[in-house]
Amino acid sequence: MTTSNGTDAGLVAAEDVLLFVNAAITATGQREFRSTAYQQRLSLDFLHEYVRVNYRRVYAAALALDINDHNAALIVRGLLEHAADASAGERRAEGRLIAARLAKLPPQRVYRLFRALRAAGVNNRRTRAIMRDWLTARPDPAHDAVKYRAGLKTAARHVHLRFGGAGEPDETGDFLFRPGRRTSYRHGLLDAWRRAHYEQGAVEELPLTVAEGFAARRGMKREVFLERMAPRMTRLERLRTLERRGTGKDARPPADVDLAVMPLTRLALYVLSLGFEARRGRRAELTRALRAAARRAAGPHAGSWGRVAAVLDDSYSSSGSGEKRRRPLAVALACHFLLEALAAPGAYSALWTSGRTDPLLVRPWGPTPLGSRVLDALELGPDRLVIVSDGWDNAPPGLAGEVLRVWRTRLDPERRTAVVHVNPVYDADGFDVRRLAPGVPTAGVRDAEDLPALVEIAGFAEGRTGAAALYAYLDRQVARFVGDDGAGATS
Amino acid sequence: MNRLELTGLATRPAQVWGGIRLVPLVRERPVEGLRLHEELYPDHGYGVVDLGPRAHYASVIPHGFVADWSGEGEQSAAYGTQLGAPGTRPRTARLQRHRHHRMAKRRPGDRLRFLPLHLALEGYLALHFGGPAVAWEEWSRQALRDGLSPRAEDAYLGWSVRGLGDALRVFEIHPGQCGVMVYAADALAAAFVVPHPDDYRVLHPSLVEDLYGELIHQYALYGAPVPEFSARIPDGPGLRTLAGLREAARAQERAWAEAHDTLFAGELLDTSYAFDRVYRMGSFTLWRFLPPFRTGGAGQHIGETITDHKGQVAYLKTFRLSEAQIRRGHLLHRLAAADWRLAGAAEALGTTREELVRRIRAAGFESLLRARA
Repeated sequence: MTTSNGTDAGLVAAEDVLLFVNAAITATGQREFRSTAYQQRLSLDFLHEYVRVNYRRVYAAALALDINDHNAALIVRGLLEHAADASAGERRAEGRLIAARLAKLPPQRVYRLFRALRAAGVNNRRTRAIMRDWLTARPDPAHDAVKYRAGLKTAARHVHLRFGGAGEPDETGDFLFRPGRRTSYRHGLLDAWRRAHYEQGAVEELPLTVAEGFAARRGMKREVFLERMAPRMTRLERLRTLERRGTGKDARPPADVDLAVMPLTRLALYVLSLGFEARRGRRAELTRALRAAARRAAGPHAGSWGRVAAVLDDSYSSSGSGEKRRRPLAVALACHFLLEALAAPGAYSALWTSGRTDPLLVRPWGPTPLGSRVLDALELGPDRLVIVSDGWDNAPPGLAGEVLRVWRTRLDPERRTAVVHVNPVYDADGFDVRRLAPGVPTAGVRDAEDLPALVEIAGFAEGRTGAAALYAYLDRQVARFVGDDGAGATS
Repeated sequence: MNRLELTGLATRPAQVWGGIRLVPLVRERPVEGLRLHEELYPDHGYGVVDLGPRAHYASVIPHGFVADWSGEGEQSAAYGTQLGAPGTRPRTARLQRHRHHRMAKRRPGDRLRFLPLHLALEGYLALHFGGPAVAWEEWSRQALRDGLSPRAEDAYLGWSVRGLGDALRVFEIHPGQCGVMVYAADALAAAFVVPHPDDYRVLHPSLVEDLYGELIHQYALYGAPVPEFSARIPDGPGLRTLAGLREAARAQERAWAEAHDTLFAGELLDTSYAFDRVYRMGSFTLWRFLPPFRTGGAGQHIGETITDHKGQVAYLKTFRLSEAQIRRGHLLHRLAAADWRLAGAAEALGTTREELVRRIRAAGFESLLRARA
C-alpha cells in the first residue's frame, strides 16, 4: 500500500478504499428496492475497474475482508484478467490471497468464475496453476463431477487437467469426457448417477440439485421426494425446503433441522418468511434459535458494548426486491438479536421506525421517520447508538442527518456516545452505501454476523484515525487471512 | 358550495423520485359510512359510455370505482375469485362488458359505480355542447344542427408519464394515509383522496392508470429531478438540550405542512369552482366541478368529489387542464355569455371580431364557423 503521509491525497485514497469496501460488502448485482439489476451491475463494474486501476494492492487486499462472494469472484477475475499491470512481487501476494479466498468460496461460485475466465480467454500460466491447485484440493472430484458436471468439465478442459495416472485415466475423467465407455463405476456416486437414468431408487443417492432433475423427469411427487432427500441435503437446502416438508397445520420443522445452528442472518430471513400466525405460534422456539445464533456470532465480544440503543428500519423499502426478498429487514432483525447479545445484560433498547415493539412480528411497512427515532434513542443516553437503515430518511427527509449533526456539534462534542450507521443497500447512483450525515461513520453490511468487524472499519470513516491506520489494518487482515490457510499459495 | 374543503386531512413530508413529488395526506380518523372499491375492465380499458339517447363517450377506461355507503364496509368487489360459506351458490363472476351505461350508475344495494376522471372530463367536454343557441349567420349549419359534436381532448395514461410508475412503486405509504398529491416538476398534476386508509392502500397503484394532461406529460419528460426539501435545523441558542432539538425538529415538520398547503396546493384549494351535482347517496353527494377558466394564471383543475353533509371532502380526484384546454373553456364560456353573438363576445373579450374568429379557429372550433365568416 502507498503509505500515507497525512496529505489530502492520502485521505482521498482512504475514502476511496472505504467506499469500495462498503460496496464490496453490500452490492450483489441484484435488483434492489430502488434500482434495477442492470443499474447495480453497471455501477459496481465501474467501481471495480476504478479501484483496480488506481489502488491495485488495496483491490487485492479486499479479498481478506468480509466482502460478499459476488464481489470476491469479481475481484479474482479482475486480478487474473489484468495480470500484466502488476509487478512480480504483487502477483505473488495476489496469488496467495486468491488461493486463500477461493478455498473459502462456495464451489458453485468458483466454477462460475472459472467459466467466466474461460469465456474471457484468460489462460495464462498463473491462472492455470491457481485453477489446478483449487481443483486438486477439492475433497472428492467424483462428487464435483456429478454435482457440478458442466463446471468441472469446463475447468478441467481449460487447464488441461489430467484425472488419474499418466497411462490410465481414472473413472472421473471417463465419466466427464468419455461417457458410456464404462458399464459401471466403482465410485458410488458416479454409479448412482448412471443407474438413476433407469432406477428410481438411485435418485435418492444423488445430491439434491442433481436429483431434482431426475425427479422431475420421473414425475415424483415433490413432498415425497423432499422427504426422501432430507438426509442428503446441505444445511441451507434443509432450511430452504422446510416449508414444503412441514407436516400440515402445526408447521413444526422435522427433527433433523436444528434452527440454532443456522447462521444468524439466514435464520432471520427464515423467520421473516413465515406468516404472522406461525411466528406467534412458534415464538419460544424461534426466539431461542435467534438468541443462540446471536450469542455464537457475538463470540468473545458478548456483553462488552455497554449500554446500546439501536434504531432499526422496518419501513416499506426494507422489503428489498424480488431478488433480495426482505434482505434489509432480515439484517435489521439479525442486528437486533446480535446487539442484544453484544450489549451489557439488560442494557439494550431497540427502536423500530414503525414504532412496533415486538421484533418477531416486524413487517416492512410505512415511511421512515429516522430523525424522530434517533432522537428517541439519544434520549436513552446510550454508550453506543447503532442505526440499521438503507439511509432513505423521508419523514421528513434529512432530519436524521440534522439531528445527528446538532448532537455531535452542540450536545455531545466530547463524543460520549459512539454513533454508527450500518447500511445493507448499495446505492448504485452514489457508488456507495447511502449516508445519513457526514459526521456519522457509515458501513455497508451484508450479514449481521460481521457487525463487530464492520464497526471497526467504520471507525476509519470518522476521520479521526489517519489513513495510515487504515492501511495498517488492511495489512493485518491480509496477514491473518493468508496465514490462516495460505498453504495453497501459488505464484 | 364553491370550494374544496380538505379539513381533516393533514399533510406529511413529501417523497421525491426524479421529477415526481408525492405528498401524502393523512386522516386522523377515516370517514365513516363510505368505502370505495375498484373494478377492472377488460379489452385494455377500451370503453364506450352511453350518456344519453344520442350521446356517447369513448376513451381508455381501465377501471371504475364503486362507492359503497351501505355501512357494511368490509366486503369488497372481488375480481375473479369469491370466497363464501359452503353450500351457497357463488355469484357468477363476470367481467364487465366494455359498454358502460352512464358515467354513474346505481348498483344493487347502496352502491354507486362511477368512472373516475372520465366523469369530470365528460363534464368538461360537455361544456356548451349544444352549440349556438341563437342562429346567427356566422355559425355553420353543422354547428346549429350538432353543436360541438364530436368533441375530443387528449390526455396521457399514467404509464407514459415518465417516472410516475417508479415513484408510486417506491413510495412508502404512511399509516392512516387517505390521499396523495402528485406533482410533476412541482406542477400539481393530480390530487387523490379516499375515505378510508385501507381503500387507499388498494387504490394507490391505480394512479398510474389515470389520465394526465399534456402539460404534466411534458414536464415529467423534460423536467430535471426536483430537489428534496430536507429538514434544516438552524444552530440557535435554544439548542442546548434534547428537548430543544426535538422542538426544532417538530417545527420543521409544521413548516413543511404549512408551506405545502399555501404554496404548492394553493392553486387547487383557493380557487372557487362551479359544482355540478351528479348523484346523492345518503348523506354523501357526488359532484363534479369545473374551474373558472381564467387564462394566464395558475393551473386549473377539473375533477370530481364526494362530500359529506358538512361539505367535507371524502373522495377527490382531479385533472390538471393544459393551457390550451383552459383557453377553449374560456372561449366557450364567453361566447355563451354573449348569446353566441360574435360582436358581443369580442367586445367582452376586449378585442375585435376578426381576432375572435381567428381565436375560434385556432382553438380547434373551425367547423363551427361558416367559411366566409
